[in-house]
Amino acid sequence: MKHDFLDKYAELDSIIHRLDPRIKIVSFFSFIFLVISTQPTKFLNFLLYFLLIFGVILASKVPLRFVFKRSLIIIPFVLLIAIFIPFLKEGEIAGSYNFASLHLTVTYDGLIILFNVLSKSWLSVLSMLALASTTKFPELLKGFEKLGLPRVMVMVISFMYRYVFVLGDELMRMKCARDARSFGGNRKWHIKTIGNIIGMLFIRTYERGERVYIAMVSRGFNGEIKILDDLHVKKLDLCFMAFFLTILTIIWTVL
Amino acid sequence: MAKKVVEIKGLEYAYPDGIRALNGISLDIFEGESVALIGLNGAGKSTLLLHLNGILQSDIGTVEVLGMMVDKNIREIRSKVGMVFQDPDDQLFMPAVFDDVAFGPINMGFSEEEVKEKVRMALELVNMSGCEARAPYHMSLGEKKRIALATVLSMEPEILLLDEPTSNVDLKARRHLIKFLNELDITKIMATHDIEMVSDTCDRAIVMFEGKIAANGTVEEVLTNSELLESHGLEAPILVKLFRDVMHRENIPLRLNDVIEKPNKYKI
Repeated sequence: MKHDFLDKYAELDSIIHRLDPRIKIVSFFSFIFLVISTQPTKFLNFLLYFLLIFGVILASKVPLRFVFKRSLIIIPFVLLIAIFIPFLKEGEIAGSYNFASLHLTVTYDGLIILFNVLSKSWLSVLSMLALASTTKFPELLKGFEKLGLPRVMVMVISFMYRYVFVLGDELMRMKCARDARSFGGNRKWHIKTIGNIIGMLFIRTYERGERVYIAMVSRGFNGEIKILDDLHVKKLDLCFMAFFLTILTIIWTVL
Repeated sequence: MAKKVVEIKGLEYAYPDGIRALNGISLDIFEGESVALIGLNGAGKSTLLLHLNGILQSDIGTVEVLGMMVDKNIREIRSKVGMVFQDPDDQLFMPAVFDDVAFGPINMGFSEEEVKEKVRMALELVNMSGCEARAPYHMSLGEKKRIALATVLSMEPEILLLDEPTSNVDLKARRHLIKFLNELDITKIMATHDIEMVSDTCDRAIVMFEGKIAANGTVEEVLTNSELLESHGLEAPILVKLFRDVMHRENIPLRLNDVIEKPNKYKI
């Protein structure tokens, strides 16, 4: 079965796609760092940050619809936490409402914090999407490893990425087999079936782990996965990083 | 006489849960041979293969590969005995094809240039050049099986072990594989249920039954003996059944090509 949920547009070819993953990781993470450390009232800065990341996304040729749709995923989570801030923060009152015995006041300070949290998280997600949808996952991992992420963590993530789809397929096949023989039955029985499926999936995963290990040992695995270092920083990479970081710093300091 | 590459003497093996998988196997395999292990599920075919590169080791009996005792020269042997597993999803564990095919050569300590060259060569051999950057989960099963083969070929093994190479493979990919195996000039040992493939690719067939070797002979001897095959739960190729059981002939062809090439011999 075909899956592409993480790096759906990573196969495209654009100037952003061709950049070294390390350059992208450093650039986009500095973007997040600077965005987060910007004062909440500097609205112009947020607009400029947005234009910067928007420009990168445009240059990457990744469909805008996809990026913006994906970027909204984070909003409900942020709202869940931040929605109460305007009501709780003390300060100049922007409006007050009475619902029966409940007295609610909204303050300007609170609203600004809400805006601050929402815009910062949204900009951060945009920059992570720009990173993830322009870099193939294996390259992303290589980049993180080169930047000093512990190898064992990279290995765990790499195996997860490799086998999460295989397991997904296995789960889907089991679900299919269940549906093919399932005619009604009560809720308790259904829950029991799901329990069995989960147990089965666990055992299959465990056994697959053993088989994968045998296959690794057969090809000389002795505790450490070695891969070739085929990442090379090119002039274009340095130019991009210099350009991107300069603009970022200008927005952050000057304005 | 060709060089002896595998020498097994009195090998017995029981899995940790007590199931006896091998019950006294003695077997010699010579350089350049193509040997098929046939038998029912649970006859011990895969278990035997796993002993040949030291994944499984037994206290009873000895396994000698390429003149070395397996238990003492494990690294050396694993680099010379390549094993292709049945499920390519077990064999391809890296996120990109290149890293998977390069895994063996890197572990063998080759330089970067040599590794790249070996990967290129192995992918070319299985006709999958140009997919170095692809991810295994984006591939069809036939493609994955070919990459799995490449991950082993890149180590340039002297002995190739194949576990069910044609299972779940479509007919076109199967034909490709048969042609490929025939052109590959190294010792091959395969465990399989595909009797027709055995007649097309192997010189020798070994029938395994309940952890023992029930028959060991040339493909012609073993596969035309339908009583032997049937008494061990197997079936002779359809052509053998036709000539032997239906037409009661003396000369029994194994492959369709035999009949086409020598119609007089088989009185067609």
